[in-house]
Amino acid sequence: MAPLVASQEELQRRRIIDINAETVTNIPSTDFPGHWPGESHGWALDQFKENFKVDYHRNDPHEASFSLIGLDAAVANAFRRILMAEIPTLAIEYVFVHNNTSVIQDEVLAQRLGLIPLKGSVDGINWMRWYRKPAEDEEASEDDGPSDFNTVVMHLVVECTKNANAHPDEEDPRKLYNHAHVYAKDISFAPVGRQDQYFVGDGAIQPVNPDILIAKMRPGQKIDMELHCIKGIGADHAKFSPVATASYRLMPDINILRPIIGDDAKKFAKCFPKGVIALEPVTSAEASSKGSGYEGHAGEQKAVVRDAFNDTVSRECLRHEEFQGKVKLGRIRDHFIFNVESTGQFESDTLFLESVKVLKLKCARWKRGLNDLMA
Amino acid sequence: MPASVHSQEPQEADQSMIDAEPEVDPIMLEEKRVVVLPGSSETSASFQFENEGHTMGNALRYAIMKNPAVEFCGYTIPIPLTPRCTFAFRQLVSLTKWNGWRSCSLPRTPRYTTTALEALEKGFSDLMDLCDVVTEKFTDARDQFNEENSNRMQS
Repeated sequence: MAPLVASQEELQRRRIIDINAETVTNIPSTDFPGHWPGESHGWALDQFKENFKVDYHRNDPHEASFSLIGLDAAVANAFRRILMAEIPTLAIEYVFVHNNTSVIQDEVLAQRLGLIPLKGSVDGINWMRWYRKPAEDEEASEDDGPSDFNTVVMHLVVECTKNANAHPDEEDPRKLYNHAHVYAKDISFAPVGRQDQYFVGDGAIQPVNPDILIAKMRPGQKIDMELHCIKGIGADHAKFSPVATASYRLMPDINILRPIIGDDAKKFAKCFPKGVIALEPVTSAEASSKGSGYEGHAGEQKAVVRDAFNDTVSRECLRHEEFQGKVKLGRIRDHFIFNVESTGQFESDTLFLESVKVLKLKCARWKRGLNDLMA
Repeated sequence: MPASVHSQEPQEADQSMIDAEPEVDPIMLEEKRVVVLPGSSETSASFQFENEGHTMGNALRYAIMKNPAVEFCGYTIPIPLTPRCTFAFRQLVSLTKWNGWRSCSLPRTPRYTTTALEALEKGFSDLMDLCDVVTEKFTDARDQFNEENSNRMQS
């Protein structure tokens, strides 16, 4: 017997997570074999290929927004988690303080430096490998310790001096002294070994934002530091996270069950963010059809859903007596609106592709590990 | 602690490294092993993965549950707050193909069509196929979006 196929209405009902006045219902996904009697929900790649869809909304180097439609929450969440915690990036990890007479303590300064987002040639960053801390008790192997392929060296050497050219009445310390403020742009990159082939010109390792304030100084104070940047992942420390935010929300769904006309329609539109609900005149065809609820209302304004995308699902409309039973709010279970904001080391769209790659790589690795068990 | 490297002392390019194969694995360093927990049989087994969390766990659970030959699959992180590197995550795969959904009144003896290990392997394969489709469709959508946008800017 061929497997049963659910009707379109039934499938649509299963796609919606119901948002009620005080509860959220129909939450878990049910598209698993054995859940619906007689229906086949087994994994089928061609079916997934057919149903899966990507809509792009925005693509800037530092921010991207796109919809993934037809995915399960488990997978979408894996991508989001990987974006935040498992994509390798370059950040300052070791700080060697040669001199620091500023008021900010060595360890606090080192912590601040670590959080500065860096950018540079993407090819070069991809060429770099993990830094392995040399073992303390064993003989150091050749691969351990800093090398050109695992460590980027930068220097922060600044000394605050009096500005002899300053106006005698000047009160702004930035004009009164040289280097009263230490900024991220004062960090200089020192290529080692083959790094000068990769990190050339604009591709040199540098802070993404040159104007990050690192420390403040007064004449006679000095900072002289050597900074070692290595690759790491966000799970180890947030400074290695390639994204400022990576989040998704589910596409809102507004279903007007019964007509909302006239002043009610205006009030209804006000319950939603601008542009979500539009007002349209009731056509004479609608007004003449019996049982539509529009009889005798030709020319009056009715509420229609124009763009549910921008809705915040505030449930405000569910609080009002006049809309009781006229509207149903929900979210579409398999429509994920992603928002990825890069810190600047990689472009935001490449970051998402990278996260897919990481998930695949993890699978491949574990699968290889299974071979040992099979043998 | 690594020794300080001063840029004043120019380093010679390490000749032996130039021919070295680039490391394939950018994510993990150490070799990983799947552990089969005690009490497992051919068709019902628990596996333990070191250094994995909900990222891999939930996605894999979804992929395995999509397999019609799997009756039950779940995962747990037994001790959530242990340091990152020691927490284990457990994948329980127990398998029975129960062909009796439409004739529920007549319970049959479960028929096994696959082993737990095979189901686990298929879960990984399915997840990898899924990743390929996502990459492909995402790249297409992005390229199309970029093209449309550049056209709009020109006109």
